[in-house]
Amino acid sequence: MSRVTKFAARDPGPAARLVAFMAHLRDNGFRLGVGEAELGLAALTQVEAIDPKTVRHALRAICTGCVEDVDRFDDLFDAFWMNGGRVAKKSIPSQASASDHVHSSRNAAGADRSAGTGAPTTPDSTGEEVAEADGEGKLLASLAQAKMKKDLRDLVRPEDIAEAQKLAQRLGAALQHRRSRRRKLNRRGDRIHFRKVIRQSLSTGGEPLYLAKMRRPDRPLKVVTLCDVSGSMTTYAQVFLAFVAGMMRADPATDAYLFHTRLVRIAEALRDKDALRALGRLSVLADGFGGGSKIGASLMQFAQTYARRFVDGRTVVLILSDGCDTDNPKLLGAALEKLKKRDCKVIWLNPLKGWAGYEPVARGMAQALPHLDLFRPANTLADLAALEQELIRL
Amino acid sequence: MTWTTLQTAMAEQGYIADADLAMAVHLALSLGRPLLLEGAAGVGKTEVARVLSQLRGTELIRLQCYEGLDAAQAIYEWNYQRQLLSIRAASEDGETGRSVEERIFSEDFLLERPLLKAIRRETPPVLLIDEIDRADEEFEAYLLEILSEFQVTIPELGTITAKSRPIVILTANGTRDLSDALRRRCLYAHVSYPERATELAILKARCGEIEAQLAGQIIGFVQALRKEDLEKKPGIAEMLDFAAALMGLGIADLTQDPVVLQASLATLLKTETDRYNITCEIAQRLAGKAA
Repeated sequence: MSRVTKFAARDPGPAARLVAFMAHLRDNGFRLGVGEAELGLAALTQVEAIDPKTVRHALRAICTGCVEDVDRFDDLFDAFWMNGGRVAKKSIPSQASASDHVHSSRNAAGADRSAGTGAPTTPDSTGEEVAEADGEGKLLASLAQAKMKKDLRDLVRPEDIAEAQKLAQRLGAALQHRRSRRRKLNRRGDRIHFRKVIRQSLSTGGEPLYLAKMRRPDRPLKVVTLCDVSGSMTTYAQVFLAFVAGMMRADPATDAYLFHTRLVRIAEALRDKDALRALGRLSVLADGFGGGSKIGASLMQFAQTYARRFVDGRTVVLILSDGCDTDNPKLLGAALEKLKKRDCKVIWLNPLKGWAGYEPVARGMAQALPHLDLFRPANTLADLAALEQELIRL
Repeated sequence: MTWTTLQTAMAEQGYIADADLAMAVHLALSLGRPLLLEGAAGVGKTEVARVLSQLRGTELIRLQCYEGLDAAQAIYEWNYQRQLLSIRAASEDGETGRSVEERIFSEDFLLERPLLKAIRRETPPVLLIDEIDRADEEFEAYLLEILSEFQVTIPELGTITAKSRPIVILTANGTRDLSDALRRRCLYAHVSYPERATELAILKARCGEIEAQLAGQIIGFVQALRKEDLEKKPGIAEMLDFAAALMGLGIADLTQDPVVLQASLATLLKTETDRYNITCEIAQRLAGKAA
């Protein structure tokens, strides 16, 4: 670690080397562009660029953007500049593969959106990587997956969707309004819009005859639904999927995901005009439906990838799950905490909570509770309808 | 100025910065980029801006962010009362509409708010945008324009371009994730709780007359306290308050009086649960270890 990397004689020079270092960081999940490489070179002209310690500090200020980056930077720096040889991937800790998978799923999401067809293969491969990492778990998981393969069209009828759509529209409307903090010109406003008053008074010789008012406009909330379709949820999936489908059709600003052992974005598939065809496309995406559940890992993946783009302070994240997790429950808590950092509201609807005498004893659920804004039972469409009042209050 | 001389210069002003922070400040100064400082509350993020303004001998302009912060409070506002009076006066003097309009939308009637103020100074000031994560996304987006172009457009007046580029320091303590776009425009330094030696140096720099034994005990105690399971860990400011309290009470040894120690914990522990959890015995144990 201590020796400085010897670069080959044909190496084109420091600029190229720095660009290669940026690419190395990028491969490991840092979000860096050409601008940072340029800035890095500019920075190195400002400091003693032959002193490794100085360079390390300088590049850290430029290349990192959050605490996680800072924690990983030293190892990546050592791997590139200080290993006494060429770049050795093996000296990079296991984060490399984790972030690769973050990277690829983000790309997949991009492709997903532009092509509008969904990319079932990419999440598939990442799912297997996770399974492989578990060691012997892989064979079992894939066997279970094959057996449990179900056609969602058997489960959800188009009539249900129509009904759910009406309901989703009402619920969506209940969630819609969060008042903006900024006032805008409005006839029935509660404050005087001075700027406007002055402008208009000019035409009447300085007499403010007409008082312009402003008020805080209502801003729509976005709803992001995460629906658990693991084995334990099969009986409720019918209701929930119809609900999600209805929600997607009622409001174009919503977004939806399925998860079981991995996370799949279903927003594009569900927006298909033909309800039945939408479900057909969904079945393809939801390969592995009815298998085990990894809620923690799926939510973490969501928080690290999609949430960065789609979740902000005006978003409600709706999780439909029973909370029976095969993962480490701590992971679920951490994932929700990360998600809450995006400043969103998190609602968890749990079908099991409807049972008499239910206590959230599933360890995952216990970890999740402190991070939830609302935790309610729901296993029929009627239950969902009853939520309307609660959502208005949120 | 190299980054090590900057580090010593900051130390002379009473701010002990670690190598990473000093380098980040140095690069921010020499490359003219905004600097984003992130870290827990009470580790001295805001203080960096104050020290920097003293060091440069320039003004410190501070913008405290909050949810709903808008252009009228952050950038500029017209002085409406003066405008109204002036229009009335003009109509009595028989001034024409156009010349009134030109007059009341001139710079005389403009109220500068921190961001506009910062870019209109002749000498580059230090602009501190404090707790940016409290503002909402809209403001963050607005800030992007100012931070990259250093100009403000006022419809009635036209575009005002910076006479000098202010030194911009942004602070955040992670209540909300900042957008990637904003992060990318800034240099970044994470400020964490200092090492023992650094914190001791801070204490000596701020409380010159403190005795070495007590100083060592205080630092040991506070550092041990941070390892306990607390809701709100004591920051550097709290540590300095604690030291000041002990000196004011004339304590020379932390272990000498448990009652006084327990009472002076009010400067370190700021929530009810924390006060409750750190019992007299725990405090004594920590103090004993620190001694």
